[in-house]
Order: sequence, then structure tokens, then C-alpha cells
Amino acid sequence: MAKVEGKRAGVSQERQRVFIREMLLIRHVEEKVEERFRAGELPGFLHVAIGQEAVAVGVCQAMEHGDVFASTHRAHAHTLARGTPPNELMAELYGKIEGCSHGYGGSMHLYDVARGNLGANAVVGGGLPAIAGAGLAFKLRGEPHVAVAFFGDGATNIGTFHEAMNLAQLWKVQSVFVLENNHWAESTPASQQLPIADLEKRAVAYGMHSAKVDGQDVEAVHRAAKRALDYARSGKGPVFLVCETYRLVGHFVGDAQVYRPKDEQRTLRETQDPIHKLRERMEMPDDEFEALDREALAIAEAAVEFAKSGTDPRPEDALKNVYA
Amino acid sequence: MPELSYREAVRDALSRAMRRDEDVFIMGEDIAEMGGSMGVTQGMLAEFGPERVRNTPISEMAIVGAGIGAAIQGMRPVVEIMYEDFTTLAMEQIVNQAAKHRYMSGGQLTVPLTIRTQGGAGWSPGAQHAQQLEAWFVHVPGLKVVFPSTPTDVRGLLWSSIYDDNTVIFFEHRTLYPIKEEVPEELEPIPLGQARVHRPGEDVTVIATGRLVHEALRAAEEAEAEGISVEVVDPRTLQPLDEQALVDSVKKTNRCVVAHEAVVRGGFGAEVAAVIQYQAFDWLDAPIERVGSKFTPIPFAPVMENYVVPHAADVLDAIHRTVGR
Repeated sequence: MAKVEGKRAGVSQERQRVFIREMLLIRHVEEKVEERFRAGELPGFLHVAIGQEAVAVGVCQAMEHGDVFASTHRAHAHTLARGTPPNELMAELYGKIEGCSHGYGGSMHLYDVARGNLGANAVVGGGLPAIAGAGLAFKLRGEPHVAVAFFGDGATNIGTFHEAMNLAQLWKVQSVFVLENNHWAESTPASQQLPIADLEKRAVAYGMHSAKVDGQDVEAVHRAAKRALDYARSGKGPVFLVCETYRLVGHFVGDAQVYRPKDEQRTLRETQDPIHKLRERMEMPDDEFEALDREALAIAEAAVEFAKSGTDPRPEDALKNVYA
Repeated sequence: MPELSYREAVRDALSRAMRRDEDVFIMGEDIAEMGGSMGVTQGMLAEFGPERVRNTPISEMAIVGAGIGAAIQGMRPVVEIMYEDFTTLAMEQIVNQAAKHRYMSGGQLTVPLTIRTQGGAGWSPGAQHAQQLEAWFVHVPGLKVVFPSTPTDVRGLLWSSIYDDNTVIFFEHRTLYPIKEEVPEELEPIPLGQARVHRPGEDVTVIATGRLVHEALRAAEEAEAEGISVEVVDPRTLQPLDEQALVDSVKKTNRCVVAHEAVVRGGFGAEVAAVIQYQAFDWLDAPIERVGSKFTPIPFAPVMENYVVPHAADVLDAIHRTVGR
């Protein structure tokens, strides 16, 4: 008995180690993105997921090979958590051929089809109907995969969310709808955009199976996501998974956040940082944690160097890939 | 050779593709038991069952979006938007998603989706069931746009659209569903991007789409009686466009009329006129004439509707104007 428990504890410790390593990697990559944007090196429009790492890692670690997902404008974390090499992500942000979308997409259109990333979407809610359709294709073809949509609380106000949820449940497709409720739709707080506080109730209208989880607790997210994916995979129907999370940064890199109470972010950083939350529960010596932290930073720094020395597309490459 | 109506020809192409290929399925509003609001898919539920002939909720975004998702996974869905007026509800999914996934992914994804829709005036449905919006979609890189005018063409082009690896917006014209034609026993695919010369002529080229192909053919007969020889060309595919065939025809006749049911302003005919003037400027003996609906929503009262949309007489007037210069 003691032996079994010891083994379980070992599995759990190993998993915690993976989670913390992944979250540290995302954090350091995102901080590099902020830094390099402020240094004027990165073109375009960037949204980082600092504070929301546990949702990305918990869900993506629960996914299986062959599962697919659609992401949002805030896509770096999902992309990294599903295994896209940081070099390829960073190269995309620099607009290089080596990027995961070969320079055609950018931060808001990260794709990595081989790893199931069907695309980050810069239209709020834009990716949801296709996730219902991918889940339908898995069902029609008898394939044991699940299609996952990530989206924010703001997306629950747009028509695509309601049409996709309705159709997915009607046809009991193999999809999971992951709501990252960070309580802000860009600069608009929940109180100004949501008529209900408990967003899990959105699922009631469709009779969809739902669950709610502390999105700052990566282990809880992972358990809930595993259950949701298993449920959808078994053909019982889609699941609406609500992850209560916090955006510890502005909407975009450079957002002055004039709309947000000044101390809110400081308090949240002290109490709701998913990395700290897991770290507190782990029996990991400080030197080991610091080594992981340094390793993640080194990967992020190397990714920047890789990206900077990447290959620019030729201007006329813009004419390719319009049609198959 | 069997005789098929335009409606039956659409059904024939869908059914043949579905018999051949498990990955082809259809979905849309009222397409199953009812057989579609135009009767196009009648009988298909009985043959293929409800998994492959899927009635949907009234959810145009989800219909197109679910088609996109299934197409990305390698299936070849054909979705129906009951009236092209309702494509407005799905524009985001068509324009930002279906048209751009391949590009934004740097070539990783393909979206082999066919979006069938129909529209057109001539039966007083009023302003929200009779528009011709094909030009909107021609303006979006990444989409192919097809607008067949005969049973043979609609069958061969729908087949090619289903098996094209891009998203195709496939326009049918409501008033053409009953027209009949003998078609080959075996379906002959028609490549996208190939125009059809319906009638050879020497004096004027009329480039027409959809219902106006038939109006142009009537006008050509009347012109012939007056001694004017008219060539009628249907591009059939608006994107990609068979520019060469159109230009070659005008270089032969030296005069050109473009005709469609959509409003003239910003219509597809403007694009055709631009292509012709640029590539055949020195061959033109007269300004290019344009025929289309007057710039109003489609009115309800039959007398007003009839006044707004173009007919053979309008094409003939345009022919007269161009030969009179």
C-alpha cells in the first residue's frame, strides 16, 4: 500500500515538475515578448498571457495526440503548451520564414497543424464554429479525437459562441469549449459586458455538460480538462469548461490600463499568480526551482536570438498560399 | 442522353459525389425531409440518411463554420445557405476564416468547403430574398466564386467545386431551377476558370452571368433578325476568371456589353469591363456597355421589380447603343 502511494506521489511530483517548467517557459517567453516589443523589435499587435498560464498548461497537457484546438488573439501560451518550439513561435513574432506560420500569420494567427493548432484567431469567437465542425468530423469518421476551443469571457457575448454551442450540443460532437474567464473584455469589465456573474450558466441554455475550475490552479485545470476531454471523446457530447483566471497584464503589450484600479493588478500578482500557487504546494528545493527558472529564461533568450537571425520572407512570397 | 433540370443537375452532382466519397456530406436549413426550400435536395435523405444529409438550426455562422472545421479535418462538406441574402450573416466566417486559413497558416491548412446558395429576383420575394451579391465574394482573395447558368454547367461545375481544395461560393439562380437540358449520361467535370461561348458572333460580345445569360441569348436572337451578329459568353467562374476567353472574343467583335442581374454599381461587370478595356483597348470600337439592376433594393410590387431588374430588352438596347457608336 505504501509502495502504491509512493508511486502515485512520484507521478504527481513528476507532473508538477512538468507543469511548473511549462508555466515558467511561457512566463519567460511572454516577458521577452514584452521586452522586445518595447525595444521596438516586434511589429504588429501583441497580447501576452501572463497570469493565464495554468489554463493553457492544464488543458494542453490533458490533450492527446490527434486532438486539435483553436486559440485566440492571446495565443502564445496555448501554442507553447501544446509543444510548438519557442524558437518557431518567436520567429513568427519576428515575421520570419522559420516561424510556425512562416511569417504569414503573426502573433494573432499562430498555427502549428502538425501539433493540432488549427490557428489563433483575431476575431473574438471566430474559431468556435470550426471547432464544432472539427468535432463533428471526428464523430462522423469514428476518430477518437477531440476539438478544443479556447476563448474569453468577452466571446460569450458574440453570436458565434451561441451558434457553435447550440450546434455542438445538438449534434453531440467531440468538442470541448474552454472559457478563460479573465473578467475583462479588452478594457471593459465584466460588470459592463456580462448580464450574469456565473458564466457556467451559459451552458444551461444548451443543455450542455459543464464544469468550473480555479484557472490559477494548474493541477485542478488539468484534472477538469482530462475529465472534459474523456467525456467528449467517449461520444457523450461536448463540454463547457469554465476556468476562472486573471490577466496580470494589460490587454495588449503597451496598454496603459487607465481603466483598471491601480492596486488590482498588484494584489492579483501577490495572490493569484499560478506559478506561485503551484510552487507553494511543491516539495521542490529552492535551488532546483531556481535552476528550472534559469533554464526557462535561457530557452526564451535563445528563442529571441534564433528569431533575430531568422530568414526574412521575400516580399513576393506574399503572393503564395492564397489558393491551394 | 437524359434530360435534367438545373435543380436536378445540382442534386445529381451532390448525389454522385456522396455515392463515391464518404467524406462528402451536406448540411443546411430544411434540406433533409423538406428537401431544401428550393427542392434541390429532395430524396437525398432517403438515400444517404440523416448523418450525411444534416438539417441545421437557423445558424448561418455555425453552418459555414462547422463546414470549415470539417473541411480542415479533410472532409468535403457542402453547406447550403438558403438564400444568398443570408450569406450576410455568415460573412465573418466566410471572409475572415474560410478564405484566410490557408494563407495565415503559411500553407499548412486547406479548407475544401463548398458553400451553395441561391438568389435572384423575378418572383416578388422583396428586398431580403432576391439580391445578387456575387461581386462581394470576388473581392476576397482566397475564395473561388462560381455562377453557372445551365443544367450541364451547374452539374459539372459543382463537381469540380466539391473536389477543389479551396472554399468555393457556388451561386445558383432561383429562376433557373426549372430549366431543362439534355446532359451527358456521365457527369463531365468542368474546370473552374473556364468560360463558355454560348453562341458565336461577329459584331458584339455580350459577357453575361446567371439569368442574364438566357436574357442575352434572347436578345442575340432578336439582334440577329436585325442583322447584328452577337457572341454570348458566360464566364461561369467569376474567380478565377477566364480573362483570355473574354478578351479573345472582344478582339474579334470589337464591341462589348457586360450583363448581370446584380446592380450595376460595383457589380462584377465593372471588373470585366476593366479587364477588357485594359487588355483589348486598341480593339474596342465603342465604350463598353453595362447592363444590370437599377440602384435600389429589390422592390416587392411586381411592376416595380420588373422595372428594376434587367431583361432581354435591356441587353438589346445596350447592343444597339454599342453598334450605333
